[in-house]
Order: sequence, then C-alpha cells, then structure tokens
Amino acid sequence: MNPVYYLYLASLLFTIGAAGVLIRRNAIVVFMCVELMLNACNLAFVTFSRMHGNLDGQIIAFFTMVVAAAEVVVGLAIIVSVFRSRHSASVDDASLMKL
Amino acid sequence: MENLIALLIAAPLLGAAVLLCGGRRLDRVGHWLGTLLAAASFVIGVVLFSDMLGRSGDGRTLHQHLFSWIPVESFQADVAFQLDQLSMTFVLLITGVGTLIHIYSIGYMEHDERRRRFFGYLNLFLAAMLLLVLADNYLLLYFGWEGVGLASYLLIGFWQHKPSAATAAKKAFLVNRVGDMGLSIAVMLMFTTFGTFAFGPVLGSTGDATEGKMTAIGLMLLLAACGKSAQVPLQSWLGDAMEGPTPVSALIHAATMVTAGVYLITRSGAIFNAAPDAQLVVVVVGAVTLLFGAVVGCAKDDIKKALAGSTMSQIGYMILAAGLGPIGYVFAIMHLVTHGFFKAGLFLGAGSVMHGMNDEVDMRKYGGLRKHMPVTFVTFGLGYLAIIGFPGLSGFFSKDLIIEAAFAKGGTQGWILGSVTLLGAAITAFYMTRVMLMTFFGEKRWQPDEHGHQPHPHESPKSMTIPMIILAFGSVFAGGFFAIGERFVHWLEPVTGYHHGEAPISAATVTGATMVVLVLGAALAWLMYGRRPVPVTAPRGSLLTRAARRDLLQDDFNHVVLVRGGEHLTRSLVYVDHTLVDGVVNGTAASFGGLSGRLRKLQNGYARTYAVSMFGGTAVLIAATLLMRAV
Repeated sequence: MNPVYYLYLASLLFTIGAAGVLIRRNAIVVFMCVELMLNACNLAFVTFSRMHGNLDGQIIAFFTMVVAAAEVVVGLAIIVSVFRSRHSASVDDASLMKL
Repeated sequence: MENLIALLIAAPLLGAAVLLCGGRRLDRVGHWLGTLLAAASFVIGVVLFSDMLGRSGDGRTLHQHLFSWIPVESFQADVAFQLDQLSMTFVLLITGVGTLIHIYSIGYMEHDERRRRFFGYLNLFLAAMLLLVLADNYLLLYFGWEGVGLASYLLIGFWQHKPSAATAAKKAFLVNRVGDMGLSIAVMLMFTTFGTFAFGPVLGSTGDATEGKMTAIGLMLLLAACGKSAQVPLQSWLGDAMEGPTPVSALIHAATMVTAGVYLITRSGAIFNAAPDAQLVVVVVGAVTLLFGAVVGCAKDDIKKALAGSTMSQIGYMILAAGLGPIGYVFAIMHLVTHGFFKAGLFLGAGSVMHGMNDEVDMRKYGGLRKHMPVTFVTFGLGYLAIIGFPGLSGFFSKDLIIEAAFAKGGTQGWILGSVTLLGAAITAFYMTRVMLMTFFGEKRWQPDEHGHQPHPHESPKSMTIPMIILAFGSVFAGGFFAIGERFVHWLEPVTGYHHGEAPISAATVTGATMVVLVLGAALAWLMYGRRPVPVTAPRGSLLTRAARRDLLQDDFNHVVLVRGGEHLTRSLVYVDHTLVDGVVNGTAASFGGLSGRLRKLQNGYARTYAVSMFGGTAVLIAATLLMRAV
C-alpha cells in the first residue's frame, strides 16, 4: 500500500483538529481536537519513519505521546478549575485574566 | 554748567515719583509741590539760557554724559544729553508754558479729588518731554518719545469714569503706536547704516549713505512725526484727545507734545536734506494737514474740538516749513514757539469759559460772554488776533515767514505751496473769527445743564487768569521780538542751518496778500455768525459741513479700511487656521486614532482569535518557505 495515503489521512486529521480548535467553544472539545492534531502528527511521523526506513520518526512519536499525556493532566486540571470558578467550560467566557 | 542739564529732567521726575507714590497724605500739598518743581525746572532752564547767551558760536552747545545705558560691544547706548540752541528753545517753551499751566491747573482742578495724581502726571509729562528734547541720541529720544505718549494717554483718560475719555485715551495711544513703530524702524535703520544712534555721528555722516537709505529713514521719521503731531493720515486721535482736562489740552495737545514731530524733523534736518523725496512727502503731508485741520475747525461746535482742528492745521504749517529744508527749519520752530503761546492761551481761555459755564463745551450755547468774563475775553481775543496773523502780533510774523518760505521753494511747487498756505490763512481767519463771535459776541444762548442749573458765567480765579495774561503777552510780543533783526534766525542758524530763499514775489506782496485773505475770511465769518443770530441747534448744513463735523470722515475711513479690513484679514486667517492647519493636525490625529481603533479590535481576549492568528502566521511562514525553495 502506498504510504502517501497515510500522509493524506494525517493531513485530513490535522485539518479537522485545527478546525475544531478554532471553531468549537467547549474547552473539552477543543482539548480533544488538540489531541487529534497531535495524533495526526504522530501518524505522519510514523509514516515518514516507514518511508525512510529508520526509527527516528517512531521515537519522536513516543515522545509526543508522553508529552500529550502530561499535557492532558495539566490541561484537564485547568479546565476543571476554570469550570469551577466560572460554571462554564466555554473558552470565550475565559476572555479575561481576572474574574 | 553741564551738570545742570540732568537736573532739568530730575526736578519734574522727582515730582512725579513723589506725587504718584506718596499717597493721600500729600493731597493737600501735592499741587504746590508739582508746581514748585516745574518752576524749579524753568528756573534751571533760565540759568542755562543766560549762561548760553554768555558764550558764542560752537561753544554754546553743552554735553553731559550721565552713564552708559546699554554697552554691548558695538552697540553703545548712553544716557547723555545735548543742550544746543534748538533744545534750549524747547526747554524754555516746555518748562515756561508748563509752569504756567501748572499754576492754572491749581484753580481749574480745585474740585477734583484726584488733583494730586493729575499733577503727578503733568510732572511726568514734563520730565519725558524734556528727555525727548535733551537726548543726544535717537534711542534716548525714543525713550522720551514713549514717555510723553504714556503721559498723554494717562492725561487724556484722566476722567476715566467717562467711557468717552477712556476710549479717547486708548485711541490716542493706539494711533501713536503706529507712529512709534516708524520711529523705532528709523532708529534701527540708523544703527544698521551708521552703527550708532548719537546725533553727532549720524547727522554728520549722512553723505556716506545712499540716498535710498536716507529716504527710507526720512519717511519712517515722518511717520513718527505724523503720529505724535496728528498729521494726515494719523490725525484722528487729536480731536478725541480733547476729552482730557483743558490744561492738558493746552499743554500737551496744543503747545508742546504735539510739536514733537516738528522737533524730530528739524533735529534730523541733515537726513531730510540728503533725501529730497522724503522732504517732498513731508511738505505734502504738511500742506494736506494744514487744510484738513482748518476745514475740520470750521465745522466744529465744540470749542475745544474747533481749537484742536486749528492745532492740527497750525502744526501742518510747521511740518510744511520743516519740509522746505534749510529755508524753513527756523521758521517752523519760530511758529512752534509763538503757536505755543497763543494756542496755550486760547485753550486756557476755553477752559476758563467752560469753568464759568458748567463745563458746557458747545459754542452754540455760549454767546455774549465778553461782559461777564472780561479778562478771559481780552486774553482770548489777543490769542485770536495772534493766530489769525493780525499785523504786529506773534502769528503775523511767524506765519508770514512760512508763507514767504513756501513761495521761495521755487517753481510750480512754490506757487502751489504758497497758495495752500495763503488759503490756510484765510480759513484760519474764518474759523477763529467764528469761535470768537459764537463765544463772546451775539445774544445769550445759555441753556441749563442736565441738572437744571442755569449757568452763571463769572470770571475765573486769579490762579487761572494770571497764566492767561502772561501767555497773552507772549502771543502779542513774542513774534515781533523774534522777527525784528532776524534774532531767531541768528539764534538757531548754527544748529539747523539757514538759507534765505528768494521768493518769486516780494515780501510786501506776500504780506499784502495775507492781509487780504485774512480780512476776507474774517468778514465771511462775520456775515455768517456775527450779523445774524446763531441757532442753538446746529443746522443740517451742506455736505462739506456735515463731513467736516465728522472730522472729514477720518474715523469712517479708518473704520472701513483699517478696522473692517483688519477684521476680514483676521477672519480669513482664522478660517485658514481652522481648515488647513487644524485640518492637517486633526486629520493626522484622527487617522492614527482610527487605525489604532482597528488594531485594538484584534486584541479581544478570545483565545480562539489568537489561535487563528497563530495558524495564519504559521501557514504564511510555511508557504513562504516553500515558495523560496521552489524559486
């Protein structure tokens, strides 16, 4: 199977993620879209690894997963605390630095 | 002897300082102190005069260097005085007439609670005027020039509770500023041309400069003279200046200050001699003013304004004579001195009449006063005969000599100027006879004043009549004393130079012609105002009469041309300022404001907007990188 199709898929996923980040208001959905974009990158890395015949891309994909896991922990904590203080998970409601 | 010169000025200056700063405790003695210091100045003047007579030739000029005023490298201005025959003449006139008018004012201002202040101002005037004529350089002269302007302003507006007086004072000051501008420009031109202001070097080296420069300086000096001496076109203030107390009109606006222009031109004779074009303008200004003032004097019913028109006209004679060059300088000054006597006398007489008539100034409400005020009548009458040039009296000699000198100018100009001066003599005889007849002859036309008091004309107190009598003596004898044996010519010749002009017609013819026009003018006045009764309310009169009553439309002219013109100019300038200048400034500010308003909208605090810009930025960067690769 031609690896380029995987790249197309990665691009599509990335675009969907980016569009979600820009369009959706709910912080959880935005967060999920960010994850989608990260994973689109992972897919691209793995594909490139396969195309070039070395493991560099796969290693970076692992790193990305670790970073994403850490980010999810911090991000979800922020979202929960924002929700507690504002009773809303909308990113637009958090447009001010202060309450 | 030189050291006395500064004392001449110091005495009245001390008086002004003490009287103006001394406060109410000096109210009871203020007028005596002021008069005493004026008299002291006169005595010093007489001492210096007798000393000057004791010397001869060039030795007569005295110099006193008091101190360096502004020493800055090549710019050297000194407070230094020069007393020569010309200054001496003025010193005696100013302090002499000044002292008499101080004495007169003691009586005239008796009921005025601000009399002390009045005497302070009079002393200030004397000091400034003496500084003007004694200065040995143009910068110090300018200082005195401004000083008399200030004193004139203060005294015209002395009764400042009257809005008319306050306005007249402002008007006089403003019009004078125009002339003063001329003098300051002339002084600056002198400095750039000669590198000094002192009379000696400036007047001694007029030949070194180009004629164009001399003409420019001359014209600027003439502008100054026009302002101070109320000559056309800066004449409009003098009539209104009669709002001041009558002694002020007599001293400042008839005898001394208004003649400062004649002094300036005579003193700067060397400059005018080197600039024939400027001289011609001087003559024209004099001739125009001499007729202008005379015509205005014919139509005025206000006794002081009629006399003010006459003053303007007589100074026109002097300016004309001064413009004739060395033929005329001496006669200009001679007429100035005799005029100082008779015009001061006439004004004091007018003041005496007003004093007796509840301050009424309208001559149509006088009439038949000769029986009630005999001293005033006789002194005023002698002044009248002197000013119209009755044979043997002062005006006869001094005016006749000017008319002769005008003819002696030569050529067509001589004939024109001669005729103008003769015509002026005729009109002088007319308006002065009119004043005389309306005031002292005919039936009583007295009207009660606004409080319903019927006037009870009475002779004025001694303090007022004695100065009038002394001035009447001057009016009668001064001219003859000066003219016989050409005394005055010999006296002034070393300073002003003298050149006897040959008139195309003999002196006897001139005198004869003057007599004829004099009789004609006086007879016409008698026909109009002596033979038939004078109506109490002024008739409508011809177009010329109505124009002359309005000072030949000088104020209307100033209003239309200068005031309106100025308003239009400022309005258009304001318009340009608002639209163009403000437009550029405000437009710049508004466009930056608008731009930043738009930029501000980008910073809306929504995380998604920043994400878009990050995305957009990244996309652009990548696109650019790819594009660069491809190229």
